[in-house]
Amino acid sequence: MANLSINLHGLKLKNPVLTASGTFGYGVEFKDFIQLDKLGGFIVKGTTLKHREGNPYPRMAETPSGMLNAVGLQNKGVDYFISHIYPEIKDIQTNILVNVSGSTIADYAATAEKINALENIPGIELNISCPNVKEGGMAFGTSCTSAAEVVKAVRNVYKKHLMVKLSPNVTNIQEIALAVESAGADSVSLINTLLGMAIDIHKRKPLLSTTTGGLSGACVKPIALRMVWQVAKVVKIPVIGLGGIMCAEDAIEFLLAGASAVQIGTANFIDPTITMKVIDGLNSYLDNNHFNSVSEIIGII
Amino acid sequence: MKKILDLTVRENRRLNADSFLLVLFSPELPEIQAGQFVNVKVENSPSTFLRRPISVHNVEPEKGLLYLLIKIAGKGTEKLSQLACGEKLNVILPLGNQFTQPEQGRCLLVGGGVGIAPLLHLSKELKNKGLSPVVLIGTRTAKDIILQEEYEKYATVYYTTEDGSFGEKGFPTQHSIWNESFDHIFCCGPEPMMKAVAQRAYSKHIDCEVSLENKMACGIGVCLCCVNDTREGHKCVCTDGPVFNINDLKWQI
Repeated sequence: MANLSINLHGLKLKNPVLTASGTFGYGVEFKDFIQLDKLGGFIVKGTTLKHREGNPYPRMAETPSGMLNAVGLQNKGVDYFISHIYPEIKDIQTNILVNVSGSTIADYAATAEKINALENIPGIELNISCPNVKEGGMAFGTSCTSAAEVVKAVRNVYKKHLMVKLSPNVTNIQEIALAVESAGADSVSLINTLLGMAIDIHKRKPLLSTTTGGLSGACVKPIALRMVWQVAKVVKIPVIGLGGIMCAEDAIEFLLAGASAVQIGTANFIDPTITMKVIDGLNSYLDNNHFNSVSEIIGII
Repeated sequence: MKKILDLTVRENRRLNADSFLLVLFSPELPEIQAGQFVNVKVENSPSTFLRRPISVHNVEPEKGLLYLLIKIAGKGTEKLSQLACGEKLNVILPLGNQFTQPEQGRCLLVGGGVGIAPLLHLSKELKNKGLSPVVLIGTRTAKDIILQEEYEKYATVYYTTEDGSFGEKGFPTQHSIWNESFDHIFCCGPEPMMKAVAQRAYSKHIDCEVSLENKMACGIGVCLCCVNDTREGHKCVCTDGPVFNINDLKWQI
Protein backbone atom coordinates (compact mmCIF):
# COMPACT_ATOMS: atom_id res chain seq x y z
CA MET A 1 0.00 0.00 0.00
CA ALA A 2 1.47 3.31 -1.15
CA ASN A 3 1.68 6.40 1.01
CA LEU A 4 -1.31 8.51 0.03
CA SER A 5 -0.72 11.38 2.44
CA ILE A 6 -0.26 14.90 1.15
CA ASN A 7 0.85 18.10 2.79
CA LEU A 8 -0.95 21.06 1.28
CA HIS A 9 1.15 23.98 2.45
CA GLY A 10 0.74 22.87 6.06
CA LEU A 11 -2.69 21.27 5.72
CA LYS A 12 -2.15 17.53 6.17
CA LEU A 13 -4.42 15.19 4.22
CA LYS A 14 -4.50 11.42 4.76
CA ASN A 15 -5.11 11.10 1.02
CA PRO A 16 -5.57 13.59 -1.83
CA VAL A 17 -9.31 13.00 -2.24
CA LEU A 18 -11.59 15.83 -1.15
CA THR A 19 -15.18 16.59 -2.14
CA ALA A 20 -16.30 19.72 -3.94
CA SER A 21 -18.46 22.33 -2.28
CA GLY A 22 -22.14 22.22 -3.18
CA THR A 23 -22.07 18.54 -4.05
CA PHE A 24 -21.56 17.05 -0.60
CA GLY A 25 -23.85 19.05 1.68
CA TYR A 26 -22.33 19.03 5.15
CA GLY A 27 -20.91 15.53 4.81
CA VAL A 28 -23.46 13.89 7.09
CA GLU A 29 -25.83 13.34 4.15
CA PHE A 30 -23.34 10.70 2.98
CA LYS A 31 -22.89 8.82 6.24
CA ASP A 32 -25.14 5.94 5.14
CA PHE A 33 -22.92 5.41 2.08
CA ILE A 34 -19.30 5.99 3.09
CA GLN A 35 -17.00 6.38 6.07
CA LEU A 36 -16.42 10.12 6.12
CA ASP A 37 -13.16 9.75 8.08
CA LYS A 38 -11.61 7.91 5.13
CA LEU A 39 -11.72 11.08 3.03
CA GLY A 40 -8.76 13.42 2.70
CA GLY A 41 -11.34 16.04 3.56
CA PHE A 42 -14.59 17.60 2.50
CA ILE A 43 -15.63 21.11 1.64
CA VAL A 44 -19.05 22.12 2.87
CA LYS A 45 -21.68 24.06 0.96
CA GLY A 46 -20.96 27.71 0.05
CA THR A 47 -21.55 29.83 3.15
CA THR A 48 -22.31 33.54 3.20
CA LEU A 49 -22.56 36.13 5.96
CA LYS A 50 -26.35 36.23 5.78
CA HIS A 51 -29.03 33.68 4.88
CA ARG A 52 -29.60 33.32 1.11
CA GLU A 53 -32.65 31.73 -0.50
CA GLY A 54 -30.85 31.18 -3.81
CA ASN A 55 -32.41 31.40 -7.26
CA PRO A 56 -35.97 30.37 -8.23
CA TYR A 57 -36.75 26.88 -9.55
CA PRO A 58 -35.84 25.50 -12.11
CA ARG A 59 -32.20 25.48 -11.11
CA MET A 60 -30.91 22.42 -12.89
CA ALA A 61 -30.76 21.05 -16.42
CA GLU A 62 -29.19 17.81 -17.54
CA THR A 63 -26.87 18.25 -20.53
CA PRO A 64 -24.73 15.80 -22.54
CA SER A 65 -22.36 14.17 -20.00
CA GLY A 66 -23.05 16.89 -17.50
CA MET A 67 -25.46 19.27 -15.87
CA LEU A 68 -26.10 22.97 -15.46
CA ASN A 69 -26.98 24.39 -12.08
CA ALA A 70 -28.11 27.80 -10.95
CA VAL A 71 -28.62 27.22 -7.24
CA GLY A 72 -27.27 30.65 -6.31
CA LEU A 73 -25.58 29.87 -3.00
CA GLN A 74 -28.68 28.94 -1.02
CA ASN A 75 -27.54 28.64 2.61
CA LYS A 76 -28.66 29.70 6.06
CA GLY A 77 -25.71 31.99 6.72
CA VAL A 78 -22.50 31.62 8.73
CA ASP A 79 -24.09 32.10 12.16
CA TYR A 80 -26.50 29.22 11.54
CA PHE A 81 -23.57 27.12 10.34
CA ILE A 82 -21.67 27.85 13.56
CA SER A 83 -24.61 27.24 15.89
CA HIS A 84 -26.39 24.33 14.18
CA ILE A 85 -24.11 22.52 11.74
CA TYR A 86 -20.60 22.82 13.12
CA PRO A 87 -21.48 21.01 16.39
CA GLU A 88 -22.85 18.10 14.34
CA ILE A 89 -19.77 17.67 12.15
CA LYS A 90 -16.81 18.93 14.15
CA ASP A 91 -15.76 15.53 15.47
CA ILE A 92 -15.57 13.80 12.10
CA GLN A 93 -11.93 12.77 11.79
CA THR A 94 -11.07 14.45 8.52
CA ASN A 95 -10.32 17.94 7.24
CA ILE A 96 -13.52 19.96 7.03
CA LEU A 97 -13.16 23.14 5.01
CA VAL A 98 -15.87 25.76 4.64
CA ASN A 99 -16.50 27.30 1.26
CA VAL A 100 -16.92 31.04 1.83
CA SER A 101 -18.68 33.40 -0.54
CA GLY A 102 -19.92 36.96 -0.45
CA SER A 103 -21.30 39.96 -2.30
CA THR A 104 -18.76 42.44 -0.94
CA ILE A 105 -15.18 42.23 0.31
CA ALA A 106 -16.42 43.13 3.78
CA ASP A 107 -18.85 40.17 3.68
CA TYR A 108 -16.10 37.75 2.69
CA ALA A 109 -13.82 39.00 5.47
CA ALA A 110 -16.55 38.97 8.13
CA THR A 111 -17.57 35.40 7.25
CA ALA A 112 -13.96 34.18 7.17
CA GLU A 113 -13.23 35.81 10.52
CA LYS A 114 -16.16 34.01 12.16
CA ILE A 115 -14.96 30.68 10.78
CA ASN A 116 -11.41 31.38 11.92
CA ALA A 117 -12.66 30.92 15.47
CA LEU A 118 -13.81 27.33 14.84
CA GLU A 119 -11.18 25.00 16.23
CA ASN A 120 -11.99 21.98 14.06
CA ILE A 121 -12.14 23.82 10.75
CA PRO A 122 -8.52 23.89 9.51
CA GLY A 123 -9.20 25.92 6.40
CA ILE A 124 -11.58 27.72 4.11
CA GLU A 125 -12.07 27.68 0.39
CA LEU A 126 -12.66 31.21 -0.80
CA ASN A 127 -15.24 31.13 -3.58
CA ILE A 128 -14.46 33.98 -5.97
CA SER A 129 -15.93 32.06 -8.85
CA CYS A 130 -19.64 31.33 -8.35
CA PRO A 131 -21.34 32.08 -11.68
CA ASN A 132 -24.86 32.06 -10.25
CA VAL A 133 -25.07 35.21 -8.14
CA LYS A 134 -25.79 38.73 -9.35
CA GLU A 135 -23.30 40.45 -7.08
CA GLY A 136 -19.85 39.28 -6.03
CA GLY A 137 -19.01 35.65 -6.67
CA MET A 138 -17.44 35.28 -10.08
CA ALA A 139 -17.11 39.05 -10.48
CA PHE A 140 -14.22 38.93 -8.01
CA GLY A 141 -12.53 36.00 -9.68
CA THR A 142 -12.38 37.31 -13.23
CA SER A 143 -9.97 40.20 -12.71
CA CYS A 144 -6.52 40.04 -11.15
CA THR A 145 -7.04 43.25 -9.17
CA SER A 146 -10.34 42.31 -7.55
CA ALA A 147 -9.23 38.71 -6.94
CA ALA A 148 -6.10 39.93 -5.16
CA GLU A 149 -8.07 42.51 -3.22
CA VAL A 150 -10.56 40.02 -1.76
CA VAL A 151 -7.83 37.48 -0.95
CA LYS A 152 -5.76 40.16 0.85
CA ALA A 153 -8.74 41.29 2.91
CA VAL A 154 -9.49 37.72 3.97
CA ARG A 155 -5.82 36.92 4.57
CA ASN A 156 -5.71 39.76 7.11
CA VAL A 157 -8.38 38.16 9.27
CA TYR A 158 -8.05 34.46 8.44
CA LYS A 159 -5.08 32.70 9.97
CA LYS A 160 -5.50 29.08 8.82
CA HIS A 161 -5.31 27.40 5.41
CA LEU A 162 -6.68 29.70 2.75
CA MET A 163 -7.62 27.90 -0.46
CA VAL A 164 -8.94 30.07 -3.28
CA LYS A 165 -11.35 28.59 -5.83
CA LEU A 166 -10.77 29.93 -9.32
CA SER A 167 -13.17 30.54 -12.15
CA PRO A 168 -12.56 29.01 -15.58
CA ASN A 169 -14.54 31.84 -17.15
CA VAL A 170 -11.44 33.95 -17.80
CA THR A 171 -9.06 34.44 -20.70
CA ASN A 172 -5.91 33.74 -18.70
CA ILE A 173 -6.27 31.65 -15.56
CA GLN A 174 -2.53 31.71 -14.88
CA GLU A 175 -2.61 35.48 -14.24
CA ILE A 176 -5.46 35.13 -11.75
CA ALA A 177 -3.70 32.25 -9.98
CA LEU A 178 -0.51 34.28 -9.67
CA ALA A 179 -2.46 37.29 -8.38
CA VAL A 180 -4.12 35.30 -5.58
CA GLU A 181 -0.82 33.59 -4.75
CA SER A 182 0.87 36.97 -4.22
CA ALA A 183 -2.11 38.13 -2.19
CA GLY A 184 -1.50 35.36 0.32
CA ALA A 185 -3.43 32.24 -0.76
CA ASP A 186 -2.09 28.94 0.63
CA SER A 187 -3.47 26.95 -2.30
CA VAL A 188 -5.73 27.32 -5.33
CA SER A 189 -8.56 24.99 -6.35
CA LEU A 190 -9.84 24.90 -9.90
CA ILE A 191 -12.10 24.82 -11.77
CA ASN A 192 -15.46 26.13 -10.59
CA THR A 193 -18.28 25.58 -13.11
CA LEU A 194 -18.21 26.91 -16.66
CA LEU A 195 -20.90 29.40 -17.59
CA GLY A 196 -23.38 27.76 -19.92
CA MET A 197 -27.03 27.58 -20.92
CA ALA A 198 -29.68 25.30 -22.39
CA ILE A 199 -33.02 25.98 -24.09
CA ASP A 200 -36.31 24.07 -24.25
CA ILE A 201 -37.09 24.41 -27.96
CA HIS A 202 -40.72 23.36 -27.52
CA LYS A 203 -41.52 25.98 -24.90
CA ARG A 204 -38.93 28.32 -26.47
CA LYS A 205 -37.65 29.20 -23.02
CA PRO A 206 -34.35 28.71 -21.16
CA LEU A 207 -34.25 25.57 -19.00
CA LEU A 208 -32.93 27.56 -16.03
CA SER A 209 -34.82 30.36 -14.27
CA THR A 210 -31.64 32.43 -14.50
CA THR A 211 -31.10 31.62 -18.22
CA THR A 212 -27.40 30.86 -17.62
CA GLY A 213 -25.85 28.51 -15.08
CA GLY A 214 -22.72 26.61 -14.19
CA LEU A 215 -21.76 23.52 -16.19
CA SER A 216 -20.21 20.56 -14.39
CA GLY A 217 -19.75 16.84 -14.86
CA ALA A 218 -17.70 14.63 -17.15
CA CYS A 219 -17.99 17.05 -20.09
CA VAL A 220 -15.83 19.73 -18.42
CA LYS A 221 -12.88 17.47 -17.56
CA PRO A 222 -10.58 18.21 -20.51
CA ILE A 223 -10.90 21.96 -19.90
CA ALA A 224 -10.35 21.57 -16.16
CA LEU A 225 -7.32 19.37 -16.72
CA ARG A 226 -5.77 21.86 -19.14
CA MET A 227 -6.27 24.72 -16.68
CA VAL A 228 -4.84 22.74 -13.75
CA TRP A 229 -1.79 21.92 -15.86
CA GLN A 230 -1.36 25.58 -16.87
CA VAL A 231 -1.71 26.87 -13.31
CA ALA A 232 0.52 24.19 -11.75
CA LYS A 233 3.29 25.28 -14.15
CA VAL A 234 3.37 28.84 -12.81
CA VAL A 235 2.42 28.89 -9.11
CA LYS A 236 4.50 27.67 -6.16
CA ILE A 237 1.53 26.95 -3.89
CA PRO A 238 -0.34 23.63 -4.21
CA VAL A 239 -3.06 23.27 -6.83
CA ILE A 240 -6.22 21.29 -6.09
CA GLY A 241 -7.79 19.94 -9.26
CA LEU A 242 -11.50 19.49 -9.89
CA GLY A 243 -13.90 19.41 -12.78
CA GLY A 244 -15.56 16.31 -14.15
CA ILE A 245 -13.74 13.67 -12.11
CA MET A 246 -15.93 10.56 -12.41
CA CYS A 247 -13.46 7.77 -11.53
CA ALA A 248 -9.96 7.04 -10.17
CA GLU A 249 -8.39 7.31 -13.63
CA ASP A 250 -9.74 10.86 -13.99
CA ALA A 251 -8.29 11.79 -10.59
CA ILE A 252 -4.90 10.33 -11.56
CA GLU A 253 -4.87 12.49 -14.70
CA PHE A 254 -5.26 15.60 -12.52
CA LEU A 255 -2.41 14.50 -10.23
CA LEU A 256 -0.16 13.84 -13.23
CA ALA A 257 -1.06 17.29 -14.59
CA GLY A 258 0.18 18.91 -11.39
CA ALA A 259 -2.65 18.81 -8.85
CA SER A 260 -1.54 17.94 -5.31
CA ALA A 261 -5.09 16.90 -4.44
CA VAL A 262 -8.44 16.56 -6.17
CA GLN A 263 -12.07 17.32 -5.41
CA ILE A 264 -14.90 15.07 -6.50
CA GLY A 265 -18.08 16.99 -7.26
CA THR A 266 -20.97 16.11 -9.52
CA ALA A 267 -19.99 12.41 -9.51
CA ASN A 268 -21.24 12.24 -5.89
CA PHE A 269 -24.80 12.69 -7.21
CA ILE A 270 -24.58 9.62 -9.40
CA ASP A 271 -22.56 7.41 -7.08
CA PRO A 272 -22.45 8.52 -3.44
CA THR A 273 -19.60 6.03 -2.84
CA ILE A 274 -17.42 7.37 -5.67
CA THR A 275 -14.87 8.97 -3.31
CA MET A 276 -14.03 5.60 -1.75
CA LYS A 277 -13.64 4.06 -5.22
CA VAL A 278 -11.28 6.85 -6.24
CA ILE A 279 -9.12 6.37 -3.13
CA ASP A 280 -8.95 2.59 -3.71
CA GLY A 281 -8.28 3.03 -7.43
CA LEU A 282 -5.49 5.51 -6.78
CA ASN A 283 -3.90 3.15 -4.30
CA SER A 284 -4.00 0.24 -6.77
CA TYR A 285 -2.56 2.42 -9.54
CA LEU A 286 0.38 3.43 -7.37
CA ASP A 287 1.02 -0.17 -6.28
CA ASN A 288 0.72 -1.57 -9.79
CA ASN A 289 3.14 1.02 -11.12
CA HIS A 290 5.59 0.64 -8.22
CA PHE A 291 5.26 4.11 -6.75
CA ASN A 292 5.80 4.32 -3.00
CA SER A 293 4.00 7.57 -2.57
CA VAL A 294 1.33 9.60 -4.34
CA SER A 295 3.63 12.63 -4.26
CA GLU A 296 5.87 10.87 -6.80
CA ILE A 297 3.28 11.21 -9.57
CA ILE A 298 2.25 14.82 -8.96
CA GLY A 299 3.12 17.03 -11.92
CA ILE A 300 4.89 14.38 -14.01
CA ILE A 301 3.43 16.01 -17.14
CA MET B 1 -30.82 3.78 6.55
CA LYS B 2 -30.32 4.49 2.86
CA LYS B 3 -28.76 1.79 0.72
CA ILE B 4 -27.32 1.46 -2.77
CA LEU B 5 -28.45 -1.89 -4.13
CA ASP B 6 -28.19 -3.80 -7.37
CA LEU B 7 -31.75 -5.02 -7.75
CA THR B 8 -32.59 -7.89 -10.07
CA VAL B 9 -35.36 -7.39 -12.62
CA ARG B 10 -37.98 -10.09 -11.99
CA GLU B 11 -40.57 -8.75 -14.39
CA ASN B 12 -40.92 -5.89 -16.86
CA ARG B 13 -44.56 -5.64 -17.86
CA ARG B 14 -45.68 -3.22 -20.56
CA LEU B 15 -49.01 -1.73 -19.50
CA ASN B 16 -49.84 0.52 -22.44
CA ALA B 17 -48.11 2.63 -25.10
CA ASP B 18 -46.00 4.57 -22.62
CA SER B 19 -46.18 2.91 -19.19
CA PHE B 20 -44.53 -0.16 -17.74
CA LEU B 21 -44.23 -1.93 -14.41
CA LEU B 22 -40.84 -3.05 -13.13
CA VAL B 23 -40.77 -5.74 -10.46
CA LEU B 24 -37.37 -5.75 -8.75
CA PHE B 25 -35.88 -8.11 -6.23
CA SER B 26 -33.26 -7.82 -3.50
CA PRO B 27 -32.78 -9.89 -0.34
CA GLU B 28 -31.53 -6.70 1.36
CA LEU B 29 -34.47 -4.40 0.64
CA PRO B 30 -34.73 -1.84 3.47
CA GLU B 31 -38.03 -0.75 4.99
CA ILE B 32 -39.83 1.60 2.60
CA GLN B 33 -42.74 3.89 3.55
CA ALA B 34 -45.63 4.91 1.32
CA GLY B 35 -44.72 8.12 -0.51
CA GLN B 36 -40.97 7.52 -0.65
CA PHE B 37 -39.01 7.24 -3.88
CA VAL B 38 -35.89 5.60 -5.28
CA ASN B 39 -33.14 7.00 -7.51
CA VAL B 40 -32.33 4.74 -10.42
CA LYS B 41 -29.10 4.60 -12.42
CA VAL B 42 -29.69 4.20 -16.14
CA GLU B 43 -26.94 2.17 -17.81
CA ASN B 44 -26.01 2.26 -21.49
CA SER B 45 -27.86 5.47 -22.20
CA PRO B 46 -25.15 7.96 -23.18
CA SER B 47 -27.42 11.01 -23.01
CA THR B 48 -28.63 10.11 -19.50
CA PHE B 49 -26.09 11.57 -17.08
CA LEU B 50 -28.03 11.68 -13.81
CA ARG B 51 -30.11 9.10 -11.97
CA ARG B 52 -33.88 9.06 -12.44
CA PRO B 53 -36.09 9.55 -9.37
CA ILE B 54 -39.06 7.14 -9.41
CA SER B 55 -41.94 6.82 -6.90
CA VAL B 56 -42.34 3.55 -5.08
CA HIS B 57 -45.51 1.93 -6.44
CA ASN B 58 -45.60 -1.02 -4.06
CA VAL B 59 -43.39 -3.20 -1.89
CA GLU B 60 -43.69 -6.79 -0.74
CA PRO B 61 -41.04 -6.83 1.99
CA GLU B 62 -41.51 -10.51 2.83
CA LYS B 63 -40.64 -11.40 -0.77
CA GLY B 64 -37.96 -8.73 -1.19
CA LEU B 65 -39.92 -7.17 -4.06
CA LEU B 66 -40.10 -3.54 -5.09
CA TYR B 67 -42.59 -2.35 -7.73
CA LEU B 68 -41.99 0.72 -9.87
CA LEU B 69 -44.66 2.09 -12.19
CA ILE B 70 -42.89 4.18 -14.82
CA LYS B 71 -44.01 6.37 -17.68
CA ILE B 72 -41.68 6.75 -20.64
CA ALA B 73 -40.87 10.45 -20.66
CA GLY B 74 -37.45 10.57 -22.30
CA LYS B 75 -34.31 8.62 -23.15
CA GLY B 76 -33.64 7.47 -19.57
CA THR B 77 -37.07 5.98 -18.90
CA GLU B 78 -37.12 4.57 -22.44
CA LYS B 79 -33.93 2.66 -21.66
CA LEU B 80 -35.45 1.39 -18.41
CA SER B 81 -38.47 0.14 -20.37
CA GLN B 82 -36.14 -2.20 -22.28
CA LEU B 83 -34.74 -3.97 -19.18
CA ALA B 84 -34.97 -7.75 -19.39
CA CYS B 85 -35.62 -10.25 -16.59
CA GLY B 86 -32.43 -11.08 -14.73
CA GLU B 87 -30.74 -7.75 -15.52
CA LYS B 88 -29.51 -5.60 -12.63
CA LEU B 89 -30.61 -2.10 -11.79
CA ASN B 90 -28.55 0.08 -9.44
CA VAL B 91 -30.89 1.91 -7.09
CA ILE B 92 -30.47 4.26 -4.12
CA LEU B 93 -33.30 3.80 -1.61
CA PRO B 94 -35.39 4.68 0.25
CA LEU B 95 -35.46 8.45 -0.31
CA GLY B 96 -37.70 11.29 0.80
CA ASN B 97 -40.41 11.62 3.44
CA GLN B 98 -43.74 9.80 3.44
CA PHE B 99 -47.47 10.37 3.43
CA THR B 100 -48.84 11.07 6.92
CA GLN B 101 -51.03 8.08 7.61
CA PRO B 102 -54.03 8.91 9.76
CA GLU B 103 -55.27 6.55 12.48
CA GLN B 104 -58.89 7.19 11.60
CA GLY B 105 -61.15 9.09 9.26
CA ARG B 106 -62.13 8.75 5.64
CA CYS B 107 -59.31 9.04 3.10
CA LEU B 108 -59.57 10.09 -0.53
CA LEU B 109 -56.55 9.37 -2.74
CA VAL B 110 -56.54 11.27 -6.03
CA GLY B 111 -54.18 10.30 -8.83
CA GLY B 112 -53.70 11.59 -12.35
CA GLY B 113 -51.66 9.85 -15.05
CA VAL B 114 -48.55 8.11 -13.73
CA GLY B 115 -49.14 10.06 -10.50
CA ILE B 116 -51.25 7.12 -9.40
CA ALA B 117 -48.00 5.22 -8.74
CA PRO B 118 -47.42 5.95 -5.02
CA LEU B 119 -51.13 5.71 -4.22
CA LEU B 120 -51.16 1.91 -4.45
CA HIS B 121 -48.63 1.54 -1.65
CA LEU B 122 -50.57 4.10 0.40
CA SER B 123 -53.94 2.36 -0.24
CA LYS B 124 -52.45 -0.91 0.95
CA GLU B 125 -51.05 0.65 4.12
CA LEU B 126 -54.32 2.42 4.89
CA LYS B 127 -56.30 -0.76 4.37
CA ASN B 128 -53.89 -2.63 6.65
CA LYS B 129 -54.66 -0.03 9.34
CA GLY B 130 -58.35 -0.86 9.05
CA LEU B 131 -59.31 2.24 7.09
CA SER B 132 -61.27 1.92 3.87
CA PRO B 133 -59.59 4.27 1.41
CA VAL B 134 -61.31 5.68 -1.64
CA VAL B 135 -59.18 6.11 -4.75
CA LEU B 136 -60.09 8.48 -7.57
CA ILE B 137 -58.14 8.01 -10.79
CA GLY B 138 -58.26 10.51 -13.64
CA THR B 139 -57.05 9.79 -17.17
CA ARG B 140 -57.62 11.15 -20.66
CA THR B 141 -59.37 8.08 -21.98
CA ALA B 142 -60.32 4.51 -20.99
CA LYS B 143 -57.18 3.10 -22.65
CA ASP B 144 -55.00 4.99 -20.17
CA ILE B 145 -56.46 3.18 -17.17
CA ILE B 146 -53.90 0.69 -15.92
CA LEU B 147 -53.57 -1.77 -13.04
CA GLN B 148 -57.26 -1.29 -12.16
CA GLU B 149 -57.45 -4.65 -10.35
CA GLU B 150 -54.47 -3.78 -8.14
CA TYR B 151 -56.09 -0.62 -6.76
CA GLU B 152 -59.40 -2.41 -6.32
CA LYS B 153 -57.70 -4.91 -3.98
CA TYR B 154 -57.22 -2.21 -1.35
CA ALA B 155 -59.69 0.54 -2.10
CA THR B 156 -63.03 1.53 -3.55
CA VAL B 157 -61.98 3.00 -6.87
CA TYR B 158 -63.69 5.68 -8.97
CA TYR B 159 -62.65 6.95 -12.37
CA THR B 160 -62.89 10.03 -14.51
CA THR B 161 -61.87 10.23 -18.16
CA GLU B 162 -61.69 13.46 -20.11
CA ASP B 163 -63.61 11.93 -23.02
CA GLY B 164 -66.14 10.08 -20.86
CA SER B 165 -65.09 6.66 -22.19
CA PHE B 166 -64.89 5.23 -18.67
CA GLY B 167 -66.22 6.38 -15.30
CA GLU B 168 -67.49 9.94 -15.07
CA LYS B 169 -66.61 12.43 -17.78
CA GLY B 170 -64.28 15.27 -16.86
CA PHE B 171 -61.41 15.93 -14.47
CA PRO B 172 -60.98 14.26 -11.06
CA THR B 173 -62.14 17.42 -9.28
CA GLN B 174 -65.49 17.18 -11.11
CA HIS B 175 -66.34 13.66 -9.86
CA SER B 176 -69.52 13.22 -7.82
CA ILE B 177 -67.57 11.50 -5.02
CA TRP B 178 -66.67 15.01 -3.83
CA ASN B 179 -70.26 15.29 -2.59
CA GLU B 180 -69.35 12.79 0.11
CA SER B 181 -67.34 13.83 3.15
CA PHE B 182 -63.66 13.05 3.67
CA ASP B 183 -61.18 13.77 6.45
CA HIS B 184 -57.91 13.37 4.55
CA ILE B 185 -56.91 13.83 0.94
CA PHE B 186 -53.71 12.58 -0.72
CA CYS B 187 -52.88 13.56 -4.26
CA CYS B 188 -50.24 12.90 -6.91
CA GLY B 189 -50.35 13.86 -10.56
CA PRO B 190 -49.76 16.75 -12.94
CA GLU B 191 -49.35 20.06 -11.12
CA PRO B 192 -52.54 21.71 -12.49
CA MET B 193 -54.52 18.70 -11.24
CA MET B 194 -52.86 18.78 -7.83
CA LYS B 195 -53.57 22.49 -7.54
CA ALA B 196 -57.22 21.94 -8.44
CA VAL B 197 -57.48 19.15 -5.84
CA ALA B 198 -55.69 21.31 -3.28
CA GLN B 199 -58.18 24.12 -3.93
CA ARG B 200 -61.10 21.73 -3.48
CA ALA B 201 -59.61 20.38 -0.24
CA TYR B 202 -58.80 23.85 1.07
CA SER B 203 -62.31 25.15 0.43
CA LYS B 204 -63.78 22.16 2.25
CA HIS B 205 -61.25 22.45 5.13
CA ILE B 206 -59.95 18.94 4.49
CA ASP B 207 -56.36 18.09 5.37
CA CYS B 208 -54.47 17.52 2.10
CA GLU B 209 -51.03 16.23 1.13
CA VAL B 210 -49.56 16.30 -2.37
CA SER B 211 -46.51 14.54 -3.80
CA LEU B 212 -44.28 16.75 -5.98
CA GLU B 213 -41.76 15.72 -8.61
CA ASN B 214 -39.36 18.60 -9.27
CA LYS B 215 -36.27 17.96 -11.37
CA MET B 216 -33.47 16.77 -9.14
CA ALA B 217 -29.81 15.84 -9.44
CA CYS B 218 -28.77 14.09 -6.20
CA GLY B 219 -31.94 12.86 -4.43
CA ILE B 220 -30.27 13.18 -1.01
CA GLY B 221 -30.51 16.89 -0.24
CA VAL B 222 -27.06 18.10 -1.18
CA CYS B 223 -27.37 19.75 -4.60
CA LEU B 224 -30.36 21.95 -3.69
CA CYS B 225 -31.64 21.83 -7.27
CA CYS B 226 -35.15 20.42 -6.70
CA VAL B 227 -36.39 23.14 -4.37
CA ASN B 228 -39.99 24.19 -4.00
CA ASP B 229 -40.91 27.61 -2.70
CA THR B 230 -42.73 27.01 0.60
CA ARG B 231 -43.94 29.24 3.41
CA GLU B 232 -40.63 28.49 5.12
CA GLY B 233 -38.54 29.28 2.04
CA HIS B 234 -36.95 26.93 -0.45
CA LYS B 235 -37.30 23.29 0.59
CA CYS B 236 -35.79 20.27 -1.16
CA VAL B 237 -38.43 18.03 -2.74
CA CYS B 238 -36.00 15.11 -2.33
CA THR B 239 -35.55 15.33 1.44
CA ASP B 240 -38.21 17.69 2.84
CA GLY B 241 -40.64 16.12 0.35
CA PRO B 242 -41.74 14.72 -2.00
CA VAL B 243 -44.88 14.86 0.16
CA PHE B 244 -45.99 18.32 1.30
CA ASN B 245 -49.05 19.51 3.16
CA ILE B 246 -50.81 22.08 0.97
CA ASN B 247 -50.79 24.54 3.89
CA ASP B 248 -46.99 24.64 3.68
CA LEU B 249 -46.90 25.49 -0.03
CA LYS B 250 -47.33 28.91 -1.57
CA TRP B 251 -49.90 27.75 -4.09
CA GLN B 252 -52.60 30.32 -4.86
CA ILE B 253 -55.56 28.26 -3.70
